[in-house]
Amino acid sequence: MIPVAFDYEVADSVDHAIELLGQHGEESKLIAGGHSLIPLMRLRLAAPTVLIDLDRLEDLRYVRDEGDYLSIGALTRHRDVHNNPLVQEHCGILGYTAGLLGDPSVQHRGTLGGTLAHGDPAGDMPSVMCALEGTLVAQGPDGERTIPALEFFKDYFFTDLAEQEVITEVRVPKLGSNTGWSYKKFSRRSQDWAVVGVAAVVEKDNGSISSARIGLTSMGNTPLRASAVEEALSGAGTDQVAEAANSADEGTSPGTDDAASSEFRRHLARVWTRRAVEEALGR
Amino acid sequence: MRRIQVKVNGVTYEHEVEPRLLLVHYLREGLNLTGTMVGCNTSNCGACTVLMDGESVKSCTLFAVQADGHEITTVQGLAENGRWHPMQAAFHETHALQCGYCTPGMIMASISMLKENPEPNEDEIREALEGNYCRCTGYENIVKAVQLASQHMDQPTAAS
Amino acid sequence: MTQAPERYVGGGVPRKEDPALVTGRANWTDNIKLPGMLHIAFLRSPFAHAKITNLDVSAALEQPGVVAAFTGEDLASEWGEGAQEAEQGPGYTLSTGGGQSNDVEVSETEQPEDASSEETSQDDEAFSFCAWVVTEDMKNPTHWPVARGEVNYTGDAVAVVVATDRYKAQDALEYIEVDYEPMTPAVDVERAMEEGAPLVHEDLGTNECFTWTLATGDIDDAFDKADVVVRERYVQQRLIPNAIEPRATVAAREPGHGGFVVYTSTQIPHIAKSVLSTACGIPEQKVRVVAPDVGGGFGSKLNVYSEEAICLVLARRLGAPIKWVEDRSENYQTTTHGRGQVQHLEMAADSEGRILGLRVRLLADMGAHLQLLTPGIPVLGAFMFPGVYTFGAYDFECKGVFTNLTPTDAYRGAGRPEAAYAIERMMDALAREVGISPVEARRRNFYEPFDEPTDTPAGIQYDSMNMQATLDRVLELADYDSLREEQQRRRDANDPMQLGIGFSTWTEISGLAPSQVNAALGLGGAGWEAASVRILPSGKVEVVTGTSPHGQGHETSWSQIAADVIGVAPDEVEVLHGDTDVSPLGRDTYGSRSLAVGGIAVHLVCERVMDKAKKIAAHMMEASEEDIEFSGGKFSVAGSPDQSTTIQQVAGAAFMAGSLPEGMEPGLNENYVYDPPNFTFPFGAHICVTEVDTETGKVRIRDYFAVDDCGPVINPIIVDGQLHGGLAQGIAQALYEGARFDEDGTLTTSSMVDYMIPGAPELPNFTLDRTVTPSPSNPLGVKGVGEAGTIGAPQAVINSICDALAPMGVHNIDMPALPMRVWQTIQDAKGDADARGGVAQ
Repeated sequence: MIPVAFDYEVADSVDHAIELLGQHGEESKLIAGGHSLIPLMRLRLAAPTVLIDLDRLEDLRYVRDEGDYLSIGALTRHRDVHNNPLVQEHCGILGYTAGLLGDPSVQHRGTLGGTLAHGDPAGDMPSVMCALEGTLVAQGPDGERTIPALEFFKDYFFTDLAEQEVITEVRVPKLGSNTGWSYKKFSRRSQDWAVVGVAAVVEKDNGSISSARIGLTSMGNTPLRASAVEEALSGAGTDQVAEAANSADEGTSPGTDDAASSEFRRHLARVWTRRAVEEALGR
Repeated sequence: MRRIQVKVNGVTYEHEVEPRLLLVHYLREGLNLTGTMVGCNTSNCGACTVLMDGESVKSCTLFAVQADGHEITTVQGLAENGRWHPMQAAFHETHALQCGYCTPGMIMASISMLKENPEPNEDEIREALEGNYCRCTGYENIVKAVQLASQHMDQPTAAS
Repeated sequence: MTQAPERYVGGGVPRKEDPALVTGRANWTDNIKLPGMLHIAFLRSPFAHAKITNLDVSAALEQPGVVAAFTGEDLASEWGEGAQEAEQGPGYTLSTGGGQSNDVEVSETEQPEDASSEETSQDDEAFSFCAWVVTEDMKNPTHWPVARGEVNYTGDAVAVVVATDRYKAQDALEYIEVDYEPMTPAVDVERAMEEGAPLVHEDLGTNECFTWTLATGDIDDAFDKADVVVRERYVQQRLIPNAIEPRATVAAREPGHGGFVVYTSTQIPHIAKSVLSTACGIPEQKVRVVAPDVGGGFGSKLNVYSEEAICLVLARRLGAPIKWVEDRSENYQTTTHGRGQVQHLEMAADSEGRILGLRVRLLADMGAHLQLLTPGIPVLGAFMFPGVYTFGAYDFECKGVFTNLTPTDAYRGAGRPEAAYAIERMMDALAREVGISPVEARRRNFYEPFDEPTDTPAGIQYDSMNMQATLDRVLELADYDSLREEQQRRRDANDPMQLGIGFSTWTEISGLAPSQVNAALGLGGAGWEAASVRILPSGKVEVVTGTSPHGQGHETSWSQIAADVIGVAPDEVEVLHGDTDVSPLGRDTYGSRSLAVGGIAVHLVCERVMDKAKKIAAHMMEASEEDIEFSGGKFSVAGSPDQSTTIQQVAGAAFMAGSLPEGMEPGLNENYVYDPPNFTFPFGAHICVTEVDTETGKVRIRDYFAVDDCGPVINPIIVDGQLHGGLAQGIAQALYEGARFDEDGTLTTSSMVDYMIPGAPELPNFTLDRTVTPSPSNPLGVKGVGEAGTIGAPQAVINSICDALAPMGVHNIDMPALPMRVWQTIQDAKGDADARGGVAQ
């Protein structure tokens, strides 16, 4: 299938991108790697009249150690996040998950900022960002602001990003030696979207759990946190994981589709949360 | 229309193209490089895989305008002075192809994989090829081809 | 004549086909560009069943680059015997387009007002590509290449646009005005047969296409005497074949004469030539069909499709080459699907588990209309439900059922996987019922080994079989006893990851087909295959085959066969195929027929040419023909070892013809048309070892052991490759794939995102071995192998999952066994156990 014809603009700076967005309005779309957008355009499910290409903004590709956190340029490609030594050392869950998105060829094009801006609740990165309590930096006509990941995802494919805003940077905490992590993705085939995904970031304290943050993929219209599990795990022993995980689907509203019923997703969330926390405790 | 300059298999081309022209169609129909194929329209099958600046990408999910200023390598640019790339030879030796339609994409994805991970184990090979479908071989011989090629990546092979 | 020692047959000769394919030099249909070529795109119905109440293509004609646009009515004069050659001339002009009045009120019966069309509309005539008339009263509804008045499935063509490039053709589709009056679709075979179901074709008055029966022995007596009766219902889900190369066609006038060439991605150029000639009203000698490199078929290109015919008639009408390339969405909607059966089985057995009789009732989903072989697929399967077991009574009935879904037809295995699955699942059910192991249940019903044709319960004759040997070998290969021990350990430990061990001991019918059997089954006949050989003056060899490979490696295997007979190296043999001008006689590639029919033709024609060569050699050496020996490419005279002449010298002499035996025709050129006396019946024993995550329903194949017997092997690497690919597709059916439609008849698995083709991480390595039981049916003793894995695998996988979950009370699970279904099956079994007030064991 062939996309509908469109005009193509190359942004040569973030300011230029913002200006182009203002100029072309709602009909325009930003494109970075394009691996969410182009398939939709080929099926003619999306038909923007103007594409604004961010992909030439090489200065938005970086990973920097900022002391407590890592800052990652929004256009850093998934494969580069996956292979980055700083990411691997300080925020393993992010690098690991970047290696699960699509396939390597998709990871060579797709960008961290792009997948977050897409706001797909079946995307793996949004729930990982929520479990990490990371931050996004966005730039718009009125300047720059930071948005906590937990406040960024508003609804199904809908984020807090204003019409003329561009994500420029993603910040994630450096995980200490007492922090274990796991991202468990349940999919029918390796290449597929997550039927359910569970991101676990667990603070360990002498054989017990001091705190846990659990992000859920594909369990509602946005990435979610399993707060009932988190409460139950706070200060809990490792033998209490299984019981705590049983409330993983509390407060979720998973959909039904070809891959899974809502009921099956709830069940998977419970099993996968247990397995994710157990894996995090061992890592 | 938009003017682009792309280096493909070592040759620099300049063309005016429609922004919506897919890279794979630019290669196939604009440059007559028909070694790269289309198998799906959803970025799943990988038949269109080429290297962009040395990394595997799916040329059906890129517009030609996005390749402006970049370097593309297709299966037709692998042989050097008539000598096959070790990956091409390995596919032949291990019977890693039958109808051959997925083969160019599979070879390009495999080359990209070995560049990142020169000695992958079987599971790593299978995972790295998750975005390339083959309907004929059941993949086992493709895995063997990658294993064989990984031992010979520095040696161009004689054409046979 | 003395045989040359076999030097190449049996050896793993690397493929000749590969160099072009690994370097990107293959010639796919989509690579073909002809001067002045135009591109077409189809507007397709979004409804599974609807009347077209208004259709207007005029706005599309105004779009940039659009040359013409046609409705079904505009093309009505193009089909069948009455179709007339358009006047030779400029062909088309950009300003007027191809049809001047395209605003057709189809609900009224007025003629299109196209002033240029003098032909009468052929409303009353039938049109179908179906070649298999399974019963005299089979219903074969007309299906026009572009719909006329009514659409019968989602994806049915409604209009066609011709433009200067494919982007513009697709753009113009959005300017076609069309109104539909939706009708209720029939979307399920069982419900389509109920009283009052919506009718796919109202004029037929029924959704039943045919009822086909077969009975041997006294079935009532078998059930009367039975100690045990096993009844099961199995579902064969629809599958999408998914050749990675979508279909593509380029049709054009042949320069220099009045005929046409059709380049098309097909398995069957020869059959396509006949069918297209008839369908488009072009004399057979005026149509040349070429199958360039073809990127997989799996049965989906064993067909003649509307789009091929449309390219041809538009090339005629517009005078320009016409190209169509299918996209994947179209492929999923309009290229034939496979399988699609609901199976009811009843087995009668004695208390020892010996089968007394088998009753089979099938509903087979035809889809919206009949493609080339649609109704014949379940009929071919009818002969295979008894499997590898011998017993007294068999009673089979199949009803073909129309639905408002994509037509079904052959998909790798075509009727036989459905049969093998059913009988092999039944054997496990029988074992459970009688209380014996699945291995024992099978052994008690196997045939004693045989190597001469042997009658089966389905009234045919198997050629040769030794099931005991394949089963013994696979048990050894899998280390079966240790597997059972491991399984027990996991059961005892209540491991969430349970181990399953599943069997499939299978056979299939391959090597289609003896012509008189084809004729008796309503497929006309012509199951033979042709081959020609030319030994050139230099002694190099050209072999022409009527088979049409698309991945099977015929160029390599046929070279090996010819090389051994002629005494040259395989590299000195060129195998020509796939073009009806080059290979005028042929019956193409499908049904695991190529080696057992076409390969034998190659062998026999080479023997025939060598008989002549021997006469020439005798003449050259002034010896008696009886004294001539041939070995290693050399003719010699018995008893005079220093007197010899080479095949190259004989070839030169035959060509120059300066000194040939009295009355002999010059040259070494021969033809052979080989009609097989019987089918061949490959067989095998498989064990699938699964790990089933009982918490999530996810199944992983840990090991797959397959011992297959396809007789002597020409090229082991090619045979193993065929098995790998076949097993992969069989596993895909069991675990991943299934075409699903919603209640409106819309395909919900409409792209590779939703249709679960397994990738490399989803499949295991295979542990293969073979036994060799030659077929008595042909001189090489060979049997087909192309579909073997696909036929053998699905039941091994499902039996394995059921075995893993047996302690939970699970006995059946429908395909594909994707996680949610496995999990749900476990929950249901638990629920049943709870309802019975105890734990199922």
